[in-house]
Amino acid sequence: MVQKKRKLGRGVAIVGAGLSKFGVYPKGVKTTDLFVEAYNELKESVDKGFAPKDIDAFYLGNISSDLFERQVHIAPATASRIGLIPIPTVRFEDACAASGVAFREAVIAIASGIYDIVLVGGTEKMTNLDTSHVTEVLAAALDPDSEVLAGETFPGIYATIATAHMAKYGTTVEDFMRVGIKNHHNGGLNPKAHFDVSIPEFMKRRAASAAKKGLPEPHWADEMDFLHDPAQNPIIGWPMRLFDCSTICDGASAVLLVAEDIAKDFTDKPIYVIGTGQASDYYIAEREDITSIKGSKLAAKEAYEMADVGPQDIKLAEVHDCFTIAEILAMEDLGFYKPGEAAKAIREGEDRLDGKLPINMDGGLKAKGHPIGASGVGMIVEVFKQMREEAGPRQVKKKDVSLGLMHNVGAHGSTVVVNIFERR
Amino acid sequence: MALESKFSEVAENKFYSLAYHRFLSEKKLMGSKCKKCGHICVPPQPICPKCQGSELELVEMKGKGKLVAYTVIAVAPPLMVEEGFDREHHYCSGVVELEEGARVTARILGVDLARPEQIKIGTPVTVEYVEAMHGGENKTLLAFRASS
Amino acid sequence: MQKRRKLGRGVAIVGAGMSKFGMFKDKDSKDLFAEAFKECLESVSKGIDPKDIEALWLGNFSNDFFMHQGHWGPIISDLIGLAPKPATRTEGACAASTLAFRDGIFAIASGFYDIVLVGGVEEMSKRPTEEVTEGLALATVPYEGRVGFTFPGVFGAISTAYFEKYGATRDHLMNVTIKSHNNGRLNPKAQFNVSVRDMMNSRIARAKKKGEPLPAWKDEKEALWDPKFNPPVAWPMHLFDCCPISDGASCMILVPEDMAKNFTDDPIYVKGIGQGSGRGLHAAPSLTSFEANKNAAAEAYGMSGLTPKDIQFAEVHDCFSMAELVHMEDLGFVKEGTAFKAVAEGYTKLDGPMPINTSGGLKCKGHPVGATGVAQLYEVWEQLKGEAGGRQIPNKDLHIGAAQNLGGTGGTCTFTILERR
Repeated sequence: MVQKKRKLGRGVAIVGAGLSKFGVYPKGVKTTDLFVEAYNELKESVDKGFAPKDIDAFYLGNISSDLFERQVHIAPATASRIGLIPIPTVRFEDACAASGVAFREAVIAIASGIYDIVLVGGTEKMTNLDTSHVTEVLAAALDPDSEVLAGETFPGIYATIATAHMAKYGTTVEDFMRVGIKNHHNGGLNPKAHFDVSIPEFMKRRAASAAKKGLPEPHWADEMDFLHDPAQNPIIGWPMRLFDCSTICDGASAVLLVAEDIAKDFTDKPIYVIGTGQASDYYIAEREDITSIKGSKLAAKEAYEMADVGPQDIKLAEVHDCFTIAEILAMEDLGFYKPGEAAKAIREGEDRLDGKLPINMDGGLKAKGHPIGASGVGMIVEVFKQMREEAGPRQVKKKDVSLGLMHNVGAHGSTVVVNIFERR
Repeated sequence: MALESKFSEVAENKFYSLAYHRFLSEKKLMGSKCKKCGHICVPPQPICPKCQGSELELVEMKGKGKLVAYTVIAVAPPLMVEEGFDREHHYCSGVVELEEGARVTARILGVDLARPEQIKIGTPVTVEYVEAMHGGENKTLLAFRASS
Repeated sequence: MQKRRKLGRGVAIVGAGMSKFGMFKDKDSKDLFAEAFKECLESVSKGIDPKDIEALWLGNFSNDFFMHQGHWGPIISDLIGLAPKPATRTEGACAASTLAFRDGIFAIASGFYDIVLVGGVEEMSKRPTEEVTEGLALATVPYEGRVGFTFPGVFGAISTAYFEKYGATRDHLMNVTIKSHNNGRLNPKAQFNVSVRDMMNSRIARAKKKGEPLPAWKDEKEALWDPKFNPPVAWPMHLFDCCPISDGASCMILVPEDMAKNFTDDPIYVKGIGQGSGRGLHAAPSLTSFEANKNAAAEAYGMSGLTPKDIQFAEVHDCFSMAELVHMEDLGFVKEGTAFKAVAEGYTKLDGPMPINTSGGLKCKGHPVGATGVAQLYEVWEQLKGEAGGRQIPNKDLHIGAAQNLGGTGGTCTFTILERR
C-alpha cells in the first residue's frame, strides 16, 4: 500500500485532561455518571479555565454499553449529564481502540475547520456482567465466521502470538513477567489505577492474608518466584498467566482539544498533536507474520511521517498492553526496538520510569485497568500529564519530555491508532 | 488501595442515577435545583443543563402534576410482557408536568385504556410508586394516577 | 449563540449505492454491503479504482445486539478489499451513517484524505420481534424504557401532545402514510414497494380465496381506521404509522470539490451540514419539536447561507408518521403547527410544491437503522441527477435537496443540504 504523507489543515492541541478512578464500581453505576467524574477533573485541569458553553462537539468512545448496560446512544445521554445538549455528539466504536479513534476523529474535525473546541473521552461500565459474559461481549470483536467459531478468545489469541514470538526470537516467560513487574511498579504510584499495587506489595498482602487465615505463610524469593507460583499466578492461556492480562473494570477518561491558534487562551503549556495514524487489519490466520501487528506498523508510519519524526525521537510512550506480549510487540512495531530485541531492552530496564524510553508510566492497561472505551483517551491523559511534568511520583526521571506517543489497539489489531504529541 | 472510597462515593452520589432509583424505592421523587440559576431537573443532574453550574442541591418533589402527553401501548417490550401486558392487556405511559415545573416520564394509572382518544391532556395526576420484578430484580417504578 | 460553521475545503459526492432493503433470510450484513458497494463503484461515471479509497467510515446502530457481533469497521473494510486502511464505526442510533458521512467530510476538509468511502449497514430481521423491539428500545432514554415506553410509544406521546396543541387527528397522520406509500410503490429498492390501495386489494383477494367476508372499505382512510387492517401499536401509533424492521446497507464515495470532475461530470456537492443533540421526553424543552433538529438546521442553513425556502425537496426521518410532521416544522419548511394541514392539502406529494420522502420514506423503503442516513442521501443524489426513474420529481430545475436524519428519540439529529451545479 502506497502511503501518502498526511497533513492537517490546521494544528490541534490538548489543553485539559481528567480521569475517573478505574476499578470495580457497584452494579448499576452508569457509564454516563462515570464520565461526569472524568469531566469534573478535566474542568479543574484547564489552567486558565474555560466556558463549557464554548465546546463545539463531544466525541465519545465506548465499546458496548449495548450489551453491558442495555443502553445504546450514550453519547447524547453523556452530554446531557454534563449540560452540553444540544451540541453534536458522536459515539465511536472500534473495539478497544474506541476512544483512541474518537480522539483522532476530533483532531480531524478541528483540522477541517468545522469545530474549534471538542471534548473527547471514553467511558465503560463492564462489571454489571459476570466474567464469562464479559468475555463473550469482548469476543464479539473477533470475526464471526472464523475466529469465534474456533473457540478463540482474546487471551487465547494473544497467547498464540506469544508462543510464536518465543519461537522466533527466544523471548521467555520471564520477559513477559518483567513487563508485568514494571507496570505494577508504576501502577503502585498511581492512585487512579485499578491495581495501584506493586508486585512486592502484592506479595506482602498475600502473605499477610494467609497468616490471618492461619495458613502456612508462603515465601517467595523475589517477584519472579511469586509470578511463577501457579497458586498466585495461574495460567489463563499458556504462556499468558493471570498477571499477563489486563483487567476488566470500569472507568472514564476525558481530554479537551482545541485549535492550535487558540490554545494559549486555555493554558501556557498546551500539548500539540503533531501526528496521527490509523490502520485496520483482520483475520489472524491471514497474517503473514503473527509476531507483529501490521496495523501498528502502518498507523505508526503514518503518524511519524506526518509529525516528521522517527521512533528514536520519542521520549515516552503509552502503548496497548492488553497482554504483556502486546507491550513487547508494540515496542517493536512502533520501531522503538528491532524485531525480537525489545526483551533485551526490558531486561536492562530501559522501559522503566528511570529508563531510556519509559513505557506505560501509569501502570498500563495491566495495572491501571482496561475499561475498554476509556482506555485510549486514558493513555492520552497520562502522556499529557507527563509532558507537562505533572505526574507526581510517576514522573519520568529524564528531563526531556518534549515528544510523546500513544498507541491504542482494537481487538487483536483489526484497528490500530497512533498519536504523537509535542511540547513546545 | 488509594481512592478506594471513590467506588462507594460514586454509587452513593445523590445526583447520580443509582441514587435516584434508590430514592424511588423509598417512595421519594427527587430532583436537583441549581443554586446559581434556580433551574429544577428531575431526575437530578450533576451539572446544570441551563447554566452548566456545578452547585446544585437536592429537592424532593411534592408528587402532583398534570398529564401533558401519553400513549397506550399494545405491543409491549419483554419487561412489560413479564408483568402481564400484551396485545389484550394494554398499559399507558406518559409525560407528567410537575407543579414544580420539571417534567417526568411515568406509567399512567387510572385512565380508560379501552378509549385512548378520550384520555385528556391536562388531567391532574398524583404520584404512585409501583413495585415490579424485572429480570429477577426488584424495582420501584414511577407512576402517576389520574384523579377521577 | 451559534457559530457560523465552515469547512477547510469543499466536498463532493461522486458515487452512491444502496442494497435492496427488506427482511432477508439468506443475506447478511456482508452480502448487503457488498451489494451497495458494487452499485456505488458502478455509479462513478468516469470510473474509480477501489484501491484509491483511503479510509472507511461505517455507521451501525447495534449489530452487537442484533447479531452479537461488533467491530464492523474492519469486517467491512476487509470484505471490500480496503484493509489495512483505517475503518471507523460511528454510532448515533438511527443517525449512525449520517455521522459516518459527516466524519468522512471532515477528513477530506481537514486535508487528511482525498477519497473516502462512507456508509452504513444493519441486520435486524434475524431476531424475533420482541427482541428487536427490545434492541430498538435500547436507544430510548433509560427513564423512558423503565416506565414502559417503547419507540412507537415515545412517538405516540409526541402525537397526543401535538394533537392537543394544534387540533390534528389520526386522520392527518394517515395522509402521510398514504402519500409515502404512493411514492414507495415507485421505488424498486423499497421493502414495501406497494401503495396502501395495493395492500387493501391483496387483503380483499386473500379474504375472497379463504371464503371469508370481504372488507367493505370505501377508501384508504376507511381501511386505515379498521383495527383489523391497521392494529394499534402504541396509541395513536398504529401499524401503518410505523416503519418496519429491515436489513440493508448503503454507501457513498466522497472527494474534495476540486477533484470531483476527475470522477464524474455531474458531482453532487455538500452545501451545508449540521448536527445537534437532544434529551428524553421529560427534559425536552418542547414535546412537539426536537431541539437537536433545530440545532442541526441552524448549523446547515448558516453554513450554506440558504433558508428553508431554498430547499426544493427533502428526505426526512419518518420513523413514525408523526415524526414527518414535526421535522417539516423544525426544519422551517412550514410554520409551526401547520404541517398536518399542509400534508392534507397535498403540499408534500411527488408533484407538489415541496416533495417529502420521494423514496417512500422509512415507512416504505425500510429502516435498517445504521444504513438509513446514507440511504436518505442516496435518494437526494438520485433525484438531483434525474435518475429516480418512476419517482423522479417533475421539476426540470432541481438543484437543492436535503436530508434530515434523527437518532433514537431525538438524541441526535442531522441536516444535510446537497447541491447540483
